[in-house]
Amino acid sequence: MVFSFVSIFLLNTITLFANEKAAAANEEGSFNVTQTILEHIKDDHSWHLWGHTSIALPVIFYTPAGLEVFSSAKLIDEHHEPVVYKGKFDYKLVEGKAKIVNAAGEVDEAASKKLWDFSITKNVASLFISVIILLLVVLTAAGAYKKTGISSAPKGVQSILEPIVIFVRDEIALPNIGAKRFAKHMPFLLTIFFIILTNNFLGLIPIFPGGANVSGNIAFTMTLAVCVFIVVNLSSNKNYWQHIFWMPGMHWSMKLFLAPIEFIGVFTKPISLMIRLFANITAGHILVLSLVCLVFIFKTVYAAAVAVPFVIFIFMIELLVAFLQAYIFTMLTAMYIGMASEEAHHDQAHH
Amino acid sequence: MFLEINPLVLPDIGLVFWNTVAFIGLLFVLGKFAWKPMLKAISDREQGIEDSLAKADKMKADLTAMQNENEILLAKAREERATLIKEAKEASEKMIAEAKDKAKSEYERIVADAQVAINQQKNAALTEVKNQVGNLVVEVAEKVLSRELANKADQETYIKQLSEGVKLN
Repeated sequence: MVFSFVSIFLLNTITLFANEKAAAANEEGSFNVTQTILEHIKDDHSWHLWGHTSIALPVIFYTPAGLEVFSSAKLIDEHHEPVVYKGKFDYKLVEGKAKIVNAAGEVDEAASKKLWDFSITKNVASLFISVIILLLVVLTAAGAYKKTGISSAPKGVQSILEPIVIFVRDEIALPNIGAKRFAKHMPFLLTIFFIILTNNFLGLIPIFPGGANVSGNIAFTMTLAVCVFIVVNLSSNKNYWQHIFWMPGMHWSMKLFLAPIEFIGVFTKPISLMIRLFANITAGHILVLSLVCLVFIFKTVYAAAVAVPFVIFIFMIELLVAFLQAYIFTMLTAMYIGMASEEAHHDQAHH
Repeated sequence: MFLEINPLVLPDIGLVFWNTVAFIGLLFVLGKFAWKPMLKAISDREQGIEDSLAKADKMKADLTAMQNENEILLAKAREERATLIKEAKEASEKMIAEAKDKAKSEYERIVADAQVAINQQKNAALTEVKNQVGNLVVEVAEKVLSRELANKADQETYIKQLSEGVKLN
């Protein structure tokens, strides 16, 4: 049932795609797979729905001349080609990035460096949608405890969320942080887990309100990684820093040797979080898009006979990955917090 | 620079900014209004279940202990009843035996007394008979002696008359 739905759905998408791209291919003569895939993975100032239909999103620029807010529809023409918008400066999208151009239409790099783009892009809008979904779902579930009390069994949304919350508590926070301090970090871990999970799932839905690649965007993973870095260092204690700069139970030469490695580790841990999530989700999207692009490479709709089953297969794996990556990110966050706040113990056996 | 070559690994300041705002807002709202009450409710419920289970176990143990106690009490009561019955039986048997003995001795005493009395009375009666017979003999002899015996026929008639007058009681 689900399979047939997905395949019908995908076929529809592909046909739409085919018509649109066939026209493009006729104009340009050839079909650029890399460019097509990158366009779907990258952020955008407007939210493309189908054909020539897209949702215009607010563009917010902070320039030396002040704030500038206008619709993203003004930055593209009816064929989705970038056009110059004349505001306080002349703006134009160059490969998706907003730049300031001079009167001749050439990019003014020096001026562009002073252009801060705070636009509500496709990814930002998708992120907000995920936040709204999370607020609705989680607050509903939390409200159920007040309504039905704690003695009755969980119902509805509550019964979906509760096992996950208990999973995060018992399998992630408790064993890694320890019974003494885990409760303090639970809201942070749960929020991280659910925001990643929601965005991973939203990214898998090919149509609005999904389709944006939020959790596969380096800015998203970087922000979360920075938050983790801050939380880990705020919860660190003397014992943690001692193990980094002057490892107990080692010869002094080894201590000198280990200190820089351990210190770099402080930064590589959150960076690895950032790259792992970004790479996994982006790779999944690229894989699905590549398989779909087989139809355009072979220029026949029959390629879908091969592509669609594979795409479904990859989608199944991506569902697993969506959960897995949320789990791994939260798990490692809990581990780093646990390592940073571990009490000094006097046996040196683990060194 | 590599970061500028590949747009995929170049974070946009806009997304970073909005993401920070969204994440911190979400963390604050959910942390305050959802996660904390939820976790509290879950742990409260778990505590409640644990307590109930512990209570049930304790009650079960109590019940078993009570049952054991009851059994012990019952056994004790049974034993006591048996001893009581036994004692009562013994007491009653003893009482019966005593009563029998007493009755027997009383009977024997009464019989003996009666015999003594009978003998005494018999002896008294015999003595009295003896005395009366003596007196009678003396009276008859007196009358025979006091009368002048004229003829033999008269004598015999008289004796006959006298003997008829004697009534042996």
